[in-house]
Amino acid sequence: MPSWNTIVITCLLYVTLLFCIAFWAEQRAKRGQFGWIRSPWVYTLSLSVYCTTWTYYGAVGSAARSGMEFVTIYLGPTLTFLGWWLILRKLVRISREQRITSVADLLSSRYGKSTSIGVVVTLIAVLASTPYIALQLQSLSLSFTLFSDVGTRPAQTAFWIASGLAAFTILFGTRHVDANEQHYGVVTAIAVEAVVKLVALTSVGLFVVFGIADGPADIFARLPDPELLSADVFGPRWVTLLFLSATAVICLPRMFQVAVVENVDERHLATASWAFPFYVFLMSLFVMPIAIMGMTGLPADANPDIYVLTVPLGAGNGGLALLAFLGGFSAATSMVIVAAIALSTMVSNHIIMPLWLRSTRHTTAASGDVRGMLLLSRRASIIGVLALGYIYFRVTGGSTSLASIGLISFLGAAQLFPSIIGALYWRGATRTGAITAVILGFGVWAYALFIPSFDGTFLLSPEVIANGPWGVELLRPQGLFGSEFEDPLVHATLWSMAVNVSALVVVSLLSRPGALEQLQAKLFVDVFTGTADRPGMALRRTAKSEDLFELAQRILGRETAWRMFTQTARAQGKASGLPDPSSDLTQRLERALAGAIGAASAHAMVSQIGGHGTVSVSELMRMADETAQIIEYSNRIEEKSRELEETASQLRHANAQLHEIAEQKDAFLSQVSHELRTPMTSVRSFAEILRDGDDLEPDQARRFVSIIHEESQRLTRLLDEILDVSVLENGQAQIVQVPVSLNATIEQALAATEPLMRRAGVQLIHAPGQDITVSADRDRLAQVLINVLSNAVKYGQGSPPAIIVQVKKTEHRVTITIADNGPGIAPEDQEKVFEKFTRLGHQTLAGSAGLGLPISREIMRNLDGDLTLSPKGPGASFQISLNAHEDVAAAQ
Amino acid sequence: MPKRILIVEDEANIMESLAFLLRRDGFEVSTMPDGARAMGEAERVSPDLMILDVMLPNLSGFDVLRDLRAHDGLSATPVMMLTAKGQTRDRDQAEQLGADLFMTKPFSNAAIIAEARRLTGLDP
Repeated sequence: MPSWNTIVITCLLYVTLLFCIAFWAEQRAKRGQFGWIRSPWVYTLSLSVYCTTWTYYGAVGSAARSGMEFVTIYLGPTLTFLGWWLILRKLVRISREQRITSVADLLSSRYGKSTSIGVVVTLIAVLASTPYIALQLQSLSLSFTLFSDVGTRPAQTAFWIASGLAAFTILFGTRHVDANEQHYGVVTAIAVEAVVKLVALTSVGLFVVFGIADGPADIFARLPDPELLSADVFGPRWVTLLFLSATAVICLPRMFQVAVVENVDERHLATASWAFPFYVFLMSLFVMPIAIMGMTGLPADANPDIYVLTVPLGAGNGGLALLAFLGGFSAATSMVIVAAIALSTMVSNHIIMPLWLRSTRHTTAASGDVRGMLLLSRRASIIGVLALGYIYFRVTGGSTSLASIGLISFLGAAQLFPSIIGALYWRGATRTGAITAVILGFGVWAYALFIPSFDGTFLLSPEVIANGPWGVELLRPQGLFGSEFEDPLVHATLWSMAVNVSALVVVSLLSRPGALEQLQAKLFVDVFTGTADRPGMALRRTAKSEDLFELAQRILGRETAWRMFTQTARAQGKASGLPDPSSDLTQRLERALAGAIGAASAHAMVSQIGGHGTVSVSELMRMADETAQIIEYSNRIEEKSRELEETASQLRHANAQLHEIAEQKDAFLSQVSHELRTPMTSVRSFAEILRDGDDLEPDQARRFVSIIHEESQRLTRLLDEILDVSVLENGQAQIVQVPVSLNATIEQALAATEPLMRRAGVQLIHAPGQDITVSADRDRLAQVLINVLSNAVKYGQGSPPAIIVQVKKTEHRVTITIADNGPGIAPEDQEKVFEKFTRLGHQTLAGSAGLGLPISREIMRNLDGDLTLSPKGPGASFQISLNAHEDVAAAQ
Repeated sequence: MPKRILIVEDEANIMESLAFLLRRDGFEVSTMPDGARAMGEAERVSPDLMILDVMLPNLSGFDVLRDLRAHDGLSATPVMMLTAKGQTRDRDQAEQLGADLFMTKPFSNAAIIAEARRLTGLDP
């Protein structure tokens, strides 16, 4: 067995080695020679801070007590990393863009750069992590005392360990003020520790399996209780443990620190997604064999939590025990260092800085060394965090088993999970909702799990834990509202998460997010799709460049501030001097400051300099309104141009129509001219004959005069018809629809055409039936009938010629058919007869201008009727249809 | 021997006035109111001049002119076209088809007589 001195000296040498590695890495990073210290492997190994002494020592203890259950603690993070595309990738991207420094900063920034939520999350993170830090101190002192033959007090050991860790953390964790910058030294040292952990545990495992036993088969043959290998995989405890360990990788402050803040390249996640689960798998591989060997080869009262040390010691292998001790030492120190860095950043940025800002509200820019103040507060926070862990260790006295302390911590941190998911995926999640959810969830955690874990020694008496406060059974901490769970962890998880998630959803839906909150929500949720516009663009600030520079150099240091300002000036096209205080500058400055002091504080500081005590929400809203107005205006312009386009197309159409009409008019005029010239020719020619011929016979002269008379009548008729067409076509015809007796109208038309028919020898077939009252203009209807009848006489010419007039009535409609027994009208001419100036057959016989049928059809259409030509032969058969008058009695 | 003139015109009154005028001036006049039968009449009569209306029933004056110009024995017959339309397009078409004269209605009786005499070679 190694002596106490050997242990102490080994530890000191090991710590010195870590110092050297960290220092070397820092120096390389400073010179820009990153090499492998920026590789995905270092990132993956640094994630192993997940495997603390709890998993190093505690997993074996857990396996000895509860069997295979310890596997869940490894499976949870495996799930999270396999699904890195879903949550981790988004977290890393957002944190890079928003310069997030911690999980508290993440929620504060997302929920409107809120100070209050930063404070709440910081307090919760510190409270939830304290037991965990205490746990590391407990297991370290436990392992130390094992080697101590001089009876060292565990408390004293723990104190020195805590002090040493604080010194190391301060030295390497607070070299820069920019908490968003990577801590290359620390991360590299942790990666080395990760290798030591793995080598140590694997060595012990190999020694157990192949050194003491005869291979894996022999080990499992020694299993004292077969129950230990059974697993209730879908039981409530398994599911709960899976959930807690999966969320812990994101929510635990130290995990957020290494996985998100210290990530230098998003692509490292892709490697880590399989490499980290593989590392965790290797860490879990020998847990069961070591536990079995401990249970069977060591005395029954041996503490299972230090089997990793006692098994090699029991086998007399002191060197291996020393290596195992170093592995445990690595697990503890790496966890404490990272947790202390993460927590101190949160405490300093979200509690100390806002308080300090408030106390020096009006003199920020002009007074005090902010930089020094920042480093001081962060160092003090580290000491404070470790002190809290030490005090917790002293108070609980190291009574609880390692595994249960770890799980209490996990559930405490898991209270942040719903708000983180809301931050990433739900734009509707609000600050009020997140604060309420976190506080209520944490309250349930504290009441149902954390405080009862003291077994009645802290705040709640054993009486209250057993029977509920004031004996109210429903409020029993481990059986809320009468729910019965075997396992207090499952009980607390269910209740706290139910309360947490409901509060987040309900309160978010009920509350209205502020303007800044809405902008941040968009930037977070749409980080992969979002456009380049940043909320800073909308903020007009009236800061002076000198003031901004003053502020920047106080916090970032003169060199960094000067670099940033000259870069901006160059981007603005200035050769020298300070840049203009554009929104771009303030925005860059705010983001740079956020990296050092958190989003909320940075926002407050820049706003203060800009002359705004707080962000002017109304101004923001006005900006948003202006943007909305511009969008609406451009929409209107777009609509207007669409309308104009439509109008233009209508105009083009109208123009084409006008062209067509003009052409029709030209054709009409040319036809009219032709129609007029024909009778004029006869008139002129005979008039000249009469004028020049003195030798004409009196009969001859009389005949010529009568031709002139006839042709002048034809001219008059033609002009009348042309006028008629134009009036009807313009819809200006005075056509009144009144009840008209159809029989009387037909009689009138027949009487008018009777001489024509008699001359042509036409036989009329017409049997007047019962009179029908139609709705029409009597003179116009008679005109149509006369027109069609005279056409029938002129063109019919059957042998012997005959004309049939028939009337048919359907319900509301009356049809008059006028048919002749002539040759009929060829199918291709059947529509032509209704065109103007169309004359089929002989001009002399027609004796009109060819306007009769077009006029008649126009009249009938004005009477809501129609004039059509029936395609049925043999002769031509015209059908005149019109409305019957509804009130039959009126016409009689 | 009097010169023969064939008038193809469907307006009865115009035909009557033309026939009266030309007969009084000593021409031998035949008339035909139908375009389709005009060529047959021309073959029968072998006129010294054909007065041809454009707007004719069944076959237009242009078609009759085309047939005439393609006819073996009658292609040289002088043709005077009459039209009520008087548009340049019609005038061009008539010229193209080989009409000797294009007269617009209403016409002057004196002009008709003078042109008829010139086209039949009675006057220079």
